[in-house]
Parts: sequence; structure tokens; C-alpha cells
Amino acid sequence: MARMSMIEALRSAMDEKLSDDASVLVFGEDVGFFGGVFRCTAGLQEKFGEERVFDTPINESAIVGLAVGMAAQGMRPCVEVQFADYVYPAYDQITQEAARLRHRSNEQFTCPIVVRMPTGGGIFGGQTHSQSPEALFTHVAGLKVVIPSTPYDAKGLLIASIEDPDPVIFLEPKRIYNGPFYGDHSGKSVPWSQHESSEVPEGHYTVPLGKAVVRQPGNDITILAYGTMVYVAEAAAKQAGVDAEIIDLRTLLPLDLETIRHSVEKTGRCVVVHEATRTSGFGAELIAEVQEACFWHLKAPIRRVAGWDAPYPHAQEWDYFPGPERIAAALKLAMEE
Amino acid sequence: MAARKATKKPNVSSEDLTQYYRDMLLIRRFEEKAGQLYGMGLIGGFCHLYIGQEAVVVGLEAAAEEGDKRVTSYRDHGHMLACGMDPNGVMAELTGREGGYSKGKGGSMHMFSKEKHFYGGHGIVGAQVPIGAGLAFADKYRENGRVTFTYFGDGAANQGQVYETFNMAALWSLPVIFVIENNQYAMGTAQKRSTSTPDLYIRGEAFGIPGEVVDGMDVLAVRDAGLKAVKHCRDGKGPYILEIKTYRYRGHSMSDPAKYRTREEVQKMREERDPIEHVREMLLQGKHASEEDIKAIDKEIKQVVNASADFARESPEPDLSELWTDIYAEA
Ligand SMILES: Cc1ncc(C[n+]2csc(CCOP(=O)(O)OP(=O)(O)O)c2C)c(N)n1
Ligand SMILES: [Mg+2]
Repeated sequence: MARMSMIEALRSAMDEKLSDDASVLVFGEDVGFFGGVFRCTAGLQEKFGEERVFDTPINESAIVGLAVGMAAQGMRPCVEVQFADYVYPAYDQITQEAARLRHRSNEQFTCPIVVRMPTGGGIFGGQTHSQSPEALFTHVAGLKVVIPSTPYDAKGLLIASIEDPDPVIFLEPKRIYNGPFYGDHSGKSVPWSQHESSEVPEGHYTVPLGKAVVRQPGNDITILAYGTMVYVAEAAAKQAGVDAEIIDLRTLLPLDLETIRHSVEKTGRCVVVHEATRTSGFGAELIAEVQEACFWHLKAPIRRVAGWDAPYPHAQEWDYFPGPERIAAALKLAMEE
Repeated sequence: MAARKATKKPNVSSEDLTQYYRDMLLIRRFEEKAGQLYGMGLIGGFCHLYIGQEAVVVGLEAAAEEGDKRVTSYRDHGHMLACGMDPNGVMAELTGREGGYSKGKGGSMHMFSKEKHFYGGHGIVGAQVPIGAGLAFADKYRENGRVTFTYFGDGAANQGQVYETFNMAALWSLPVIFVIENNQYAMGTAQKRSTSTPDLYIRGEAFGIPGEVVDGMDVLAVRDAGLKAVKHCRDGKGPYILEIKTYRYRGHSMSDPAKYRTREEVQKMREERDPIEHVREMLLQGKHASEEDIKAIDKEIKQVVNASADFARESPEPDLSELWTDIYAEA
């Protein structure tokens, strides 16, 4: 089987859908001729032509609005917002138009669009190139929110997202575009080619939306994570010496509560991890759900480790980033309580 | 861009021309040094160099008076140096140190100086444009005769908020100069791939905003256009657009595969249109300065830049507590 980085896997997904569905279009800033700033669309314009893979001006609001109009006509645009930090001008189109078109048109019109965007920190991007805005989208009924953590899932989830009948916000953890990241920023980075989940089939397959996966089975404590933090959590569990079960959520909305419940009922302990700022982050939602579903099985309060409630810093990235030490401390605390 | 016309005798004093040379050279050498420090790993993250565009900001600063405001994008080091901000503080912000203008909180794209009326580098493309109109609104309200230079790129010129701003600025006759630094590329996308008409200076026409195109490789042409625009604003006639044709020699940021233009194109610009070389020639030909004078300036600039690099290395890392300071007013 071919080995791919996450970037190659995403490209392969778009290639697949551009090949098998003439209603699929790919566009965004620097996406066509240049092939994307992270190279996710490199070569696609050459292969599929400028009518189907093209550059847009820098105007995120109109990029998404344009996609909504196309989708109302039955097309399947897969657009790129160059960084999640640039999505705010488009937030209006996403929340008020894309998310609600099906509902308010009494299903005469639907909005099967995908908005891809690199998310998260760990690349020294500072406050306008490191944000994790997932909770802004999980708060919106009518959207689906997806975030892969492996090349295999990236391809399968992106194909499933393009085929999905509703709008999907597809967050790409850019820190792990080229290889998994275990939270040690000074250590050598490992490319995907040395990781088993970089085995990616050629051709069509899907990873279903709304299904989490157990990345590491364990008995003592459940860690809920997604994106880059799946790997950081793995390193933290090792560091803390706990037998943790790590669940990679993969889709945040709709949430796979069954997989979570199954695990927490077994372990009785839970730690929630994300890069985004803590207050009103997606962790708050997770904790509420786990508490409601598993209260009588819990042996300790549910802990969360998140970015600090501060703008993402330029100089102090590794003090801000919820690295293995902070997660390990929370794991130990949850084990002792 | 047409090759430079045979210059008629330029209308400039020796002092002024020498100063423009010094200011432009400071930007160039500073940026080269920043590039070196980046290569050494002392600067990280995003860093957008201004090399090639020096005449734009130096020419316009020559048209500004004390109290005028300026606001720009993330490609902001040149603007800060040209308005008199301290190279040490700028370089130390790049290295993320306590001595930086934002104490390491902002980095290359986000620095400010109240003293110099510099209202920031802004990382979000187009975001500074309405902010510039707001600065101008405040000055108009206070009737203080100040103007605001609002800089943005050819790529940013397609953001919707630019046109929302044009309308308001014209509606309320705000003293704001919209400076479109057209370096022909937005990241890896040539202007023609993203923009319906090649001319950007006419984009205010529908709002009743006059505009003109300026040779941005000629500091005197920029200064003269700036003076005209400033007068228009100070006379209470409302906003003005300057589309300044320029060119960036380096990549968009430090990680730029440079696959969207040819090496020859860049080389040709450097050889035939370099804005600093142009001033150097004028200095010598007009006998405003001797080779010796120029060498002395070069040496002096080198010292200033080296000192900024030393400062930026030696300045301590910010204290951990800085992560949480300046988010809200102190209770
Ligand atoms: C809202 C937003 N969208 C996209 C970007 C990414 N981006 C940064 S610079 C840039 C190109 C801007 O080009 P231009 O306005 O011509 O300025 P230049 O870089 O040439 O100075 C892009 C697309 C961003 N920072 N903000
Ligand atoms: Mg440009």
C-alpha cells in the first residue's frame, strides 16, 4: 500500500472526488496555479483544469458564499480557507447561510459544501496563524465538524465529507501535516512515512463521519482528544505511566457518544484535551456530555487540559501549548482523586 | 513597468535626498539581517521582508508631518523603521524578546508605537483598512488636520471590507490616504489570476475617490504623489488612493518555494529598477554626495543594524507571566 503524508492523503481524496464526480470543484486562495500554501492541491489544476480547480481572490466571505450558491444548484464545492484564523470574514456565510439553507428552505435547497482549513498551533505562527476555532462551529446546528489525526483518516474523512449531503467544516491539524507530533518541540520530527497510519489505499474509501476511534486501548483512564493532541496525549500517558485509553474523536459534530460512554464506563475516569482556549472550548461540551451519560460510573472529577485563556503568543508558544507535562499532571491528578 | 525615464533635474535638496538614501538603506540592511537571523533560527514563524519596496514607505514618510498616522499589514518592518521606530525594538520583537515593541507577544506581524503614531502591523489581510478610516475619523472629529496613511497590498485590494471602507471614507470625507502597494503578487498568486482589472487606482471611482498610479521604485515620484494626496486630505476633500507599483525581491515570507515567477523576472527588477541604486546614482550624478559620503552612510547603517541584532539576541526572554498580561485592563 502507498505511504502518504497527511497532505498527500488530502490531495488524494480531492483527486478521487474530482475524478468520479463532475459536480465537485476545488478552489480557494493560492489553491490553483500555486497548489496551495501547504501544497494540498498541488497538481490538481494541471490534472483537472482551471474550470474545476482554481484560484480565488483574497475574500473569504465571498469564497464561502459562492460555494453556498453553487451547492444550492447541486454542485459539491470543496473550498480551502488558507488558515482557520482567516475564516472569520466567512463565519457569517457559514453559520447563517450554509448551515441553515436546508432548514429554512424546507429542504428545497441543500448545502453540501466542505470548508477545509488548517487549524492549531505548534508551528510558531503567533496569534493570527495558530488558532483552533472548532467550538465556534460545533455551536452551530446544521454544520458537521471533522478533524482527522492520521493520513488514512484524512483521506477517508475528506471523501466522506465531500459526499455528505450537509456542510462540513473540515479542520486540518497543520502541526501533523507532515508527521505525528508528540509534543516535544525540541526533538526530531518523525515523517509520516515511518508511521503505520500513513498506509493509505489508492482509490475510493470512506471513514464515516460521526464515528470516533480508540487509538490506544487502556483500563485506568479515558483521554478524549482530537487532531494533534491525540499524539501529545499518547506521550503524556507514557510519561505519567498510566494505562490510558485514548479516544480520537475524529468528528466533533455529530459526536460519537457511544464510543466515549463505553470507555468511561469501563475506566471511571476521564481527561479531556484540546489546544483551543479553555473557556467555552469544546472540552466544556465533552465534559457535560460525559457527566450526564456516565455520572454513576465516575470515580473522579473529569479534568481538562487546554490552551490558556489568552491570545496565542508569538514568543511563548511552548508555555501556551498544552504539552505532555500538563496533560500528564492532569492524568495523575485524576488517578489520585 | 517601463524602464526609468531619463531623469530631469530632480527637485530635491541634498539633505533630503541623502536622508532618503539613509532611510531606504536602513530598511534594506535591516531586512537582510532579519533574514540572516531567521536562517540561524533566532527568528521563528512568519516573517515578511520588505526588500525592493523601500521607496514606497520612505517616499510617503517624506510627505507626512508630525501627528499623521500610519497603519499597515504584516509586511511592516519597513513602515516602522521609516516612521522612526527604534530598530532595536523591532528586531527584538522578531526574536520574541522582552525588549521588543510588544514584549514578544506580537512578533513580526503585530507591532505598534503610540509615540510614532504607528497603529500596527496586522496579520489578517485587509483588516487594517477600515481601522485606517477609523483613525482618520477620529482626527477629523478632533479637527486637528492630521491624515492617515492606510497601506495594503494588491491582494488585499480584493477583500470586501476595503470597499465598505471606501464608501464610508468618501461619504464622510475622511482624511485617509489608501496606499495600495502593488508588488504584483499576493503570496503565490499573480495579480492577473485574482483581479478582474489590472488597474487598482481606479477602484475608488465609483465612490468618488480620486486615485493615481505611482512609480514605486522612484522615491521622489512617491514623495510628490504623497504630497499631493496629503494636501487633498488636509484641504478637507476626503480620501485619496495611491496605487504604487513596486516589487518584492524576496519570497512572500521566509518559506516560499518561489515557483510562481521566474528568477529572471526578479533579477531584471533588481538590476534595472532598484530603488536604492536609483537614489545612489542621483546622489552622485547631482553631486549631492561623494563616494566617500555614501561609504560613510553605509558604514553607519551597518552599525545600527548590527547593534539591533545584538540587542535582539541579548534581550531576555519574556517572563512567563507575560502570557496573561495585557488581556484586560488591570482591575
Ligand atoms: C483574511 C486573510 N486571508 C488570507 C491570509 C493569508 N495571506 C497572507 S498575505 C497574503 C497575500 C496578500 O498579498 P498582498 O495584499 O498583495 O500583500 P503582499 O504580501 O504582497 O505585501 C495572503 C493570502 C491572511 N493573512 N488573512
Ligand atoms: Mg502583493
